[in-house]
Amino acid sequence: MTDSDDLTKTTAATDAAAPAAIAEPVAEGGAAPTAFLEVRDLRVHFPTDDGVVKSVDGLSFKLEKGKTLGIVGESGSGKSVTSLAVMGLHRASRQQRSKVRMSGEIWLDGQELIGADPDDVRRLRGREMAMIFQDPLSALHPFYSVGQQIVEAYRVHHDVDKKTARKRAIEMLDRVGIPQPDKRVDDHPHQFSGGMRQRAMIAMALVNNPELLIADEPTTALDVTVQAQILDLIRDLQKEFGSAVIIITHDLGVVAELADDLLVMYGGRCIERGPAEKVFYAPQHPYTWGLLGSMPRIDREQTDRLIPVKGSPPSLINVPSGCAFNPRCPYADIPKDNLTRTVRPELRQVDNGGTPANEGVAGGGGHFSACHMSQEERERIWTEEIAPKL
Amino acid sequence: MTETTDEQNTKTAPAESRAAADGPLLKVRGLVRHFPITKGLLKRQVGAVQAVDGIDFEVYPGETLGVVGESGCGKSTMGRLITRLDEPTGGTIEFDGRDITHLSTGGMRPMRRDVQMIFQDPYGSLNPRHTIGGIVGTPFRLQGVEPEGGVKKEVQRLLELVGLSPEHYNRYPHEFSGGQRQRIGIARALALKPKLVVADEPVSALDVSIQAQVVNLMDDLQEELGLTYVIIAHDLSVIRHVSDRIAVMYLGKIVELADRDSLYKAPMHPYTKALLSAVPVPDPKRRTERDRILLKGDVPSPINPPSGCRFRTRCWKATEVCTTTEPPLVALRTGHQVACHHPENAPDQAPEDAPK
Repeated sequence: MTDSDDLTKTTAATDAAAPAAIAEPVAEGGAAPTAFLEVRDLRVHFPTDDGVVKSVDGLSFKLEKGKTLGIVGESGSGKSVTSLAVMGLHRASRQQRSKVRMSGEIWLDGQELIGADPDDVRRLRGREMAMIFQDPLSALHPFYSVGQQIVEAYRVHHDVDKKTARKRAIEMLDRVGIPQPDKRVDDHPHQFSGGMRQRAMIAMALVNNPELLIADEPTTALDVTVQAQILDLIRDLQKEFGSAVIIITHDLGVVAELADDLLVMYGGRCIERGPAEKVFYAPQHPYTWGLLGSMPRIDREQTDRLIPVKGSPPSLINVPSGCAFNPRCPYADIPKDNLTRTVRPELRQVDNGGTPANEGVAGGGGHFSACHMSQEERERIWTEEIAPKL
Repeated sequence: MTETTDEQNTKTAPAESRAAADGPLLKVRGLVRHFPITKGLLKRQVGAVQAVDGIDFEVYPGETLGVVGESGCGKSTMGRLITRLDEPTGGTIEFDGRDITHLSTGGMRPMRRDVQMIFQDPYGSLNPRHTIGGIVGTPFRLQGVEPEGGVKKEVQRLLELVGLSPEHYNRYPHEFSGGQRQRIGIARALALKPKLVVADEPVSALDVSIQAQVVNLMDDLQEELGLTYVIIAHDLSVIRHVSDRIAVMYLGKIVELADRDSLYKAPMHPYTKALLSAVPVPDPKRRTERDRILLKGDVPSPINPPSGCRFRTRCWKATEVCTTTEPPLVALRTGHQVACHHPENAPDQAPEDAPK
């Protein structure tokens, strides 16, 4: 990848054409999209003493209101960095801005965010888009009561007095299922259990009826019974408010519960994307097969052994050349001419004869995969070798 | 893992375990651990966290006992008690026919050879200032064991056994990934050829693909070395995969103890049923057709657990008898014990007070 030129350019240049290596159409760069949220060729790089960490390296997706996108991947695949980038949290302060290089476009409801003034983005944050973090104990302030924190989040965007805001906070706590909300509103985070803290954080995120809700590992720290409660809550609230939801997780079970569309990340890139059912029942990338094979299943008779992916996730400083997954891929030698090790595979549509991913149409129901193997090959391996063992 | 040097172990270990097969390797009776809560200058005891409150079970040679439960149910405390890293308040622990309940640290030391532990956090459980060779070799030094061919050779053999390279001998923990560190922890636990390995959440800190590698490794090692495992985890899918028998804990008690298949196919305790139904299944088509039991509220405080059956405050089948009488853990079918007045998939134990 020789995209360093592209990155040193000012991040505000929204018209910057996508580098040719990505082979994504240039024509529509800059044009306001029709989707509610559209991310185009997002790159987030962190320069460090050891080299540039390419946490996200050319990611594009679309999301409509009322839909849920699941982003799955292992630690270090870039999923959390993506969510922080959408929220504009990498560039919140001037000091941080110098430490991160971002490029690409993020369109939220017709507004581009990467090139936008941080103050404008701040006005959107909380009101248009909100986030639920993994660890509610560190995301909530220990010194202020839960009520005060929700009130603050509400009053930043609404010109109301404290009494009205407090009423609203109680209403939200009630909505997310906190018992005796009028009493618990004055409790501090340490007086809440883990599940209740997560609910309080959801209440805070939803207090302004945001249209985009990003949940980053919302249930990872919770017990299964509480996890089930929280997932149900997110689903119900989405129905009620019609928001777009991005759920980021490493747990395929959680996305299977919630997501309409699925995006699998590996080494800072999307390697497979499509409707959840297609990705689960006809996955088109060896890494996705590996994820499915790695999971012990509670719903099946025990198969003798799990089929793990060998090796460990790649370093984001020295991403393997060609396909980032090639050192761990058991099928890396199938494509001719050592292609997997030299050329980075593009996202190609699976259910449309393998045309390259056109971001204008992607996300709207298409199934894409970035693999050098031919589609026939992949389908043969999946049906003959992988699926019977799962 | 399949190199020739450990052929010897592969053959002798199962033979040993067969010799002991007539009795349980570990027998726990009425095990209790209360952590006192003190108040004031005189440290007057005002209450107790009843972390483990009277549990009975056995572990047989060569099997894997899985222990599941939510946070705060006492499963980790139980693990620390049976490895005697903590002092029980009451009850007895018998290992290999010998009472180890109140052995002193010194008295326990010879037993440490036979009972080892694998910890959850591969970052916290390895000393960052010691080399891998030092860490895996420590058990030999502490026990004064001189393995055949020297400590270094034996450590390198162990590293190879868990899928690391013998050249890693002089490296430090920070040079390894989470999965590799967990392998180092496993190598250390296996150094003295223990009879029982207690693993507390051995894979929960790892990524899915790495988790599968470690689960497979533990499987292979059990087969090769004839190990007996007690695996403590909150992940019901992992437990289903690794265990022969499973104990479900709730608020310091074992509420159900059964072999894997009967537990997952026909759970008897309502809590087990709710727990199983809550696990997200990686199958989008199933999300609509499953009937999930949503438990209300949170686990009650172990300082002041509910009277009678501890699960009754969240149970949809609870009746009067559940408040007054604590259900005993009884076998309602061969090898399937449950502590419930109104079990699922089995005859009601208190028909005069059955739920409508």
